[in-house]
Amino acid sequence: MKTIRIGAGQGFYGDSLLPALDVARYGQVQYISFDTLAELTLAILQKGRAKDPNAGYAKDVVPAMKALLPLAREKGFRLVTNAGGINPSGATRAVARVAQELGLSGLRIATVTGDDILSRLDELTAAGADLHDKDTGASLSTVRDRLLFANVYLGAEPIARGLAQGADVVITGRTTDTGQFLGPLQYEFGWGPDDHDQMAAGILLGHLMECSGQVSGGNFSGDWWNVPDLERIGFPIAEVSEDGTFILTKAEGTGGRVSVETVKQQLLYEIHDPGTYITPDVIADFSRVRLEQVGPDRVRVSGARGRQAPPTLKALMGYSDGWMGEGYVSFCWPDAYAKAQRAEAIIRRRLEMWGVRPQEVLAEYIGVNQLHGGLSPAADPELSEVRLRVAVRTGTRDEAEKVAREFPPLLLSGPPTASAIGGTPAPRELLGLWSCLIPRELVEPGVKVVVEAVEEVAR
Amino acid sequence: MKVQLRYLALARSGDKADAADISLFAPDQKTYEFLAQAVTAERVAEHFRPLASGPVERYLVPDLQALKFVVHGALNGGASRSLRSDNLGKAVGSALLRLEVEVDNPGQVTLVPTLDGHLPPGWPGATAGGARL
Repeated sequence: MKTIRIGAGQGFYGDSLLPALDVARYGQVQYISFDTLAELTLAILQKGRAKDPNAGYAKDVVPAMKALLPLAREKGFRLVTNAGGINPSGATRAVARVAQELGLSGLRIATVTGDDILSRLDELTAAGADLHDKDTGASLSTVRDRLLFANVYLGAEPIARGLAQGADVVITGRTTDTGQFLGPLQYEFGWGPDDHDQMAAGILLGHLMECSGQVSGGNFSGDWWNVPDLERIGFPIAEVSEDGTFILTKAEGTGGRVSVETVKQQLLYEIHDPGTYITPDVIADFSRVRLEQVGPDRVRVSGARGRQAPPTLKALMGYSDGWMGEGYVSFCWPDAYAKAQRAEAIIRRRLEMWGVRPQEVLAEYIGVNQLHGGLSPAADPELSEVRLRVAVRTGTRDEAEKVAREFPPLLLSGPPTASAIGGTPAPRELLGLWSCLIPRELVEPGVKVVVEAVEEVAR
Repeated sequence: MKVQLRYLALARSGDKADAADISLFAPDQKTYEFLAQAVTAERVAEHFRPLASGPVERYLVPDLQALKFVVHGALNGGASRSLRSDNLGKAVGSALLRLEVEVDNPGQVTLVPTLDGHLPPGWPGATAGGARL
């Protein structure tokens, strides 16, 4: 029976390239898939595109391709990535340049577009799409003039189409995380939209692999201290059978761990209802999945079930929603916490004196309650040291900028032992996210898959 | 006796818009059944009141001996507009492990491993502070 080996190359924009190289060299894979887009990532990429119209894609696709394309040619694997972000064509141009520099003539790159609906919102409304926020019911008109990006989540189908057209590399915008992995399987096994259980199995595989090391021993909340060699963690590799069952493993010689426990933790990660995981490709039910340890670092996964894909696609939009200014300062024993609290009061008062009208002020004490906030136990009175962070939400950039500026003066004019200001962070624009459901037939006819050989791509 | 969930379950959490998505994993079937009784959506909502404004949904996954909680309004508006350091909700799962549940009989549950072999304070074989006797 035909089996396909597929590996994970990246779990987010900024992930390490080293494990991807292990997958490429030692994984004996036919595909390496990269998921670079979290909800937050489009917001980050939008900020890049605002400064430079050629940007807007995940820039680490360039060093990744530089390292992997020669190996891909040597070993014959293909690469799939949604690093295109909000500018897939820009990403393709950048990757084509890399290929040209490497002398990899004839490399075929598929570019998938059609997920970007920012310029089509009026047309979509006229065609009957309901753009109210699906969670709050609010009208898009409340944020319309502040919209920065609007993308529909596309599924695996355009990726499979690019591969069928002979692409060595598929670059997309906002295709789903899971689609990066389902796409190659759908192409290889010829699964169609009505093969619900196989499609669900591919979604399950994609979901398990899309966060790279998080399924193979990373962020593992069990006996993490026994997980070996995380510095050389093996990103997941799956051996997939035509019926959709697969064995999850990692390359020989790598660190980390693939066990029923590590796989289980990723299986339920960020999916809300495990019985109803909605994707553009299928609605998957993960609640009856079976995991069996069949060897060292080998887990057999089966039992995903699928139902008909939904008639709508999810759109995610981002809008400008104010600014955040923040600053940091540390204090040490004795009375570290009391000193830091006094500094917080000074910062708040100074902002008032500047006429800053914050919409919200958040003080976090690093070492006491930075991560658990109000659920943290009271500070130890003998605390050796503590770091204060104050974050302020403002309507304007100018107001946000005042926050960081008031921290360095604490060194000379604040409570004793103020130290380690660590610079004045630039104000950050905050983005609100908006989601709605759009009938597929209003989006899918506009999805384009263009495959070009590298020589044909203009430099 | 009161036992923190850190001794009874593993946790992982993440984000989806302004909701924290938390999974809780029992070490075996009897502990799963215990947790399914003890850790209700209402208790979790109450526990997270200092951090989260919204309601909590719970999903039971008996095949995986796991419980899932979606805690709405937990991320100060969502990752890209949150002022919080933990804007992605990565730490929210461990915050749930602070929840205390009442264990009548140590035989009801199995403990998960701890780094230094620490036991719940007052557990058979433990000192008052939780170290092994």
